[in-house]
Amino acid sequence: MKSASVIMIIGSALLFSLFIYPLWTIELEAPQYPDGLGMYIHLDGLQGFTEYDLQNIDGLNHYIGMQKLPSPADMWEFRTFPLVVGGMAALGVIIGFLGLFSKVSHKWFLGWLLVMTILGILGMYDFNAWLVDYGTNLDPKAIIKVVDADGNPFSYKPPLLGSRDILNFTAVSYPALGGILLTIGMLLTFIAYLIGIKTSKK
Amino acid sequence: MKILNLGIGLLATAAMMSCGDKANKESSAGGALRSSAAEKVYVAPGEQDEYYAFISGGYTGNLTVYGLPSGRMFKEIPVFSQFPTSGYGYSEETKPMLNTSHGFIPWGDSHHPDISQTEGVTDGRWVFINENNTPRIARIDLETFETVEIIEVPNSAGNHSSSFVTENTEYVVAGTRFSVPVPQEDISIKEYKGKFKGALSFIEVDKETGHMDIKFQLLMPGFNYDLSHPGRGDSHGWFFFTTYNTEEASTLLEVNASQNDKDFIAAVNWKKIEEYINNGGGKMMPSNYAHNVYDHNSHTATSTMKKEVRVIDPTEVPGAVYLLPTPKSPHGCDVSPDGKYIVGNGKLSANLTVHSFEKMQEAIKNEKFEGEAYGIPILSFEDVLAGQVEQAGLGPLHTEFDDKGNAYTTFFISSEVVKWKLGTWEVIDRKPTYYSVGHLTIAGGNSREPDGKYMFAMNKITKDRYLPTGPELEHSAQLYDISGEKMELILDFPTHGEPHYAAAIKADKVAPNSKKFYKLSENTHPFAAKSEAETKVVREGNVVHVYMTTIRSHFSPDNIEGIKVGDKVYFHITNLEQDFDVPHGFAIIGQNNSELLIMPGQTKTSVWEPKQVGVWPFYCTDFCSALHQEMQGYIRVSPKDSDIELEWSLGEDVE
Repeated sequence: MKSASVIMIIGSALLFSLFIYPLWTIELEAPQYPDGLGMYIHLDGLQGFTEYDLQNIDGLNHYIGMQKLPSPADMWEFRTFPLVVGGMAALGVIIGFLGLFSKVSHKWFLGWLLVMTILGILGMYDFNAWLVDYGTNLDPKAIIKVVDADGNPFSYKPPLLGSRDILNFTAVSYPALGGILLTIGMLLTFIAYLIGIKTSKK
Repeated sequence: MKILNLGIGLLATAAMMSCGDKANKESSAGGALRSSAAEKVYVAPGEQDEYYAFISGGYTGNLTVYGLPSGRMFKEIPVFSQFPTSGYGYSEETKPMLNTSHGFIPWGDSHHPDISQTEGVTDGRWVFINENNTPRIARIDLETFETVEIIEVPNSAGNHSSSFVTENTEYVVAGTRFSVPVPQEDISIKEYKGKFKGALSFIEVDKETGHMDIKFQLLMPGFNYDLSHPGRGDSHGWFFFTTYNTEEASTLLEVNASQNDKDFIAAVNWKKIEEYINNGGGKMMPSNYAHNVYDHNSHTATSTMKKEVRVIDPTEVPGAVYLLPTPKSPHGCDVSPDGKYIVGNGKLSANLTVHSFEKMQEAIKNEKFEGEAYGIPILSFEDVLAGQVEQAGLGPLHTEFDDKGNAYTTFFISSEVVKWKLGTWEVIDRKPTYYSVGHLTIAGGNSREPDGKYMFAMNKITKDRYLPTGPELEHSAQLYDISGEKMELILDFPTHGEPHYAAAIKADKVAPNSKKFYKLSENTHPFAAKSEAETKVVREGNVVHVYMTTIRSHFSPDNIEGIKVGDKVYFHITNLEQDFDVPHGFAIIGQNNSELLIMPGQTKTSVWEPKQVGVWPFYCTDFCSALHQEMQGYIRVSPKDSDIELEWSLGEDVE
């Protein structure tokens, strides 16, 4: 149970890395942007690859009538997510320490992971909803109006994961270092649970 | 009769050499050789050149930027001439750059670019270039590739033996080609001898900012000072100038200045003069010359008139100046990479003269003087001579060096480049140029570390090299591969203006520092509107200031009313873009001025004095975006006595 608890502590503590590293990356590729153009999604806001990328993405998006990229004040998520992730990380570490001193069983590890997974799915759902709104809720006075093969307004929604061609750009979306560490951390807590099962059977 | 004989002599030698030329021409036309030449200069689409070449634009007054080995031109940098393409010299911000003691001068004759050095090696920070006609030296910043400073050189005329830098860019040096009365006065031209002086100016360069300041002017005898180069290594601290017209003629110089068998190379010990000045030497002479500085935050130049200059009488500083006899009106004055040899390219001599710095020092130590000119000691030719390249060609002009102990000299009359060995003085190879070559350039050719891969020759005559374009042709240049024993002609390309000289440098010393755009947050222009919210139109009497912005794809404001005939309208235009290569342009119908081309983050100002009532459009001149054609606006101009209020707007009329 000792090693399981240590792994639980490490796994949940990895969530703190999200306060340093971004969660997700969205990249826009086109020949005219040889240096790349894109942004990192942090828990508390967006950050361009360079100082001016957000401004330049907004500049491009104004042709198709997309909303401006949100500042931290524009979205409740940027205030709430740090609290949720920070709270869950702290909770996980506390559970790990309680496990270490045999105050709680390994089932608590699984419990933490289930809560975290549900929160994660909710977060992804919310993120996707934002992307949909961002990609389809367009200014009716947009300069360029594009329709798809069926005559419906074209959706500019970037993919949640993977790549998609959007007019002259290819949008690529993938987890950033923080997102990868989050995944590893959650996997570790599951391993902690499995080791917990093994050691409790002895 | 004497001249006629010389002419026949020239013809005979030229005929002898042209046999060799023909053979070369035929062999280089061979199929296999041609394809290898093509491979050597081919820079595939999307790939970049290995070297930058900064080629003087001569009578364009500008500096052009080329890539090597492709010979492609990347940019024309306006320096001494108005440039309507960008608004340089037309915009309010840049007009002060062309201010002089003679007032605003719209044109210049740029000659010899030289790249700044640190410890004898090109460092890629700045390019200096001289203006020959109204003596000035400019500094171009290689982060922005723009002219950031111009200093006028007083007491000088025909600023030709310029603008070469010392080993650590301590000085950029400017010498006068035409001697003049110093200070200027109303005297008879016949009083030339003795009354006219040749000023050699040592301009101190600030190590951090690059700012130039004339430390001293050495008032030399009234010869013509043609070209110059700094010592390096052991000879660091010295500067060498070729002279001609030591006859001191003021008329028909082509004959009268070609009489002396030998003219001089003047060796100047600037360290000694520096010491003399630091001990209170020299005297301040009242003067009047412009110092123009451009600031990259305010995007604005200021011109200051300087009122005095320190002058030095060479006879007052013992050991500061010596004269080295050098045959027949030497033109180029070139110093070998190790600083040991000084090449005098005697343009009317068949031989190339090479002086030894070591022997010069020895002769000075032994005080072996042959005589003096105006109190300046003359050393004996034999005492300082290191060697001569015998019968190398006709009309030697300039020499550059590679990294293997070879020198390359251009011969104007026999139209060729000759490769010879330092020390043994033997000719190794010769290749024709098309036609009548002036300068040649090897990257780092005026430094301790030349880069012996390419050499290019810049010609004075083009004739049939390219498709004809009427009587006026651009000058041709030829690029040679000099990595092997024999030179190989690999490319022929036109230059812009007259390419007097060029400085080349490895691209990786410059390219990584090249700025992509100006940060709007660092813009301190007093009339900048840093967002659309800050745009406005302000009237002060009949002066109207328009604080305007550009961003893809509109001006803000784009509708202005309340302007009147007789107003003086200043358009202060700030480009709000913060991305690489997104300039916007500005032009208004009937404006008696150039357009503006405004880089991202920059503010530029154009003056418009409307003379006719009406509604006048303006538009963006640089195809900036998919909606560039929509980037336009209107200004209503009302009669002088109209009471229409100033109004401005953007996007109000579309619902």
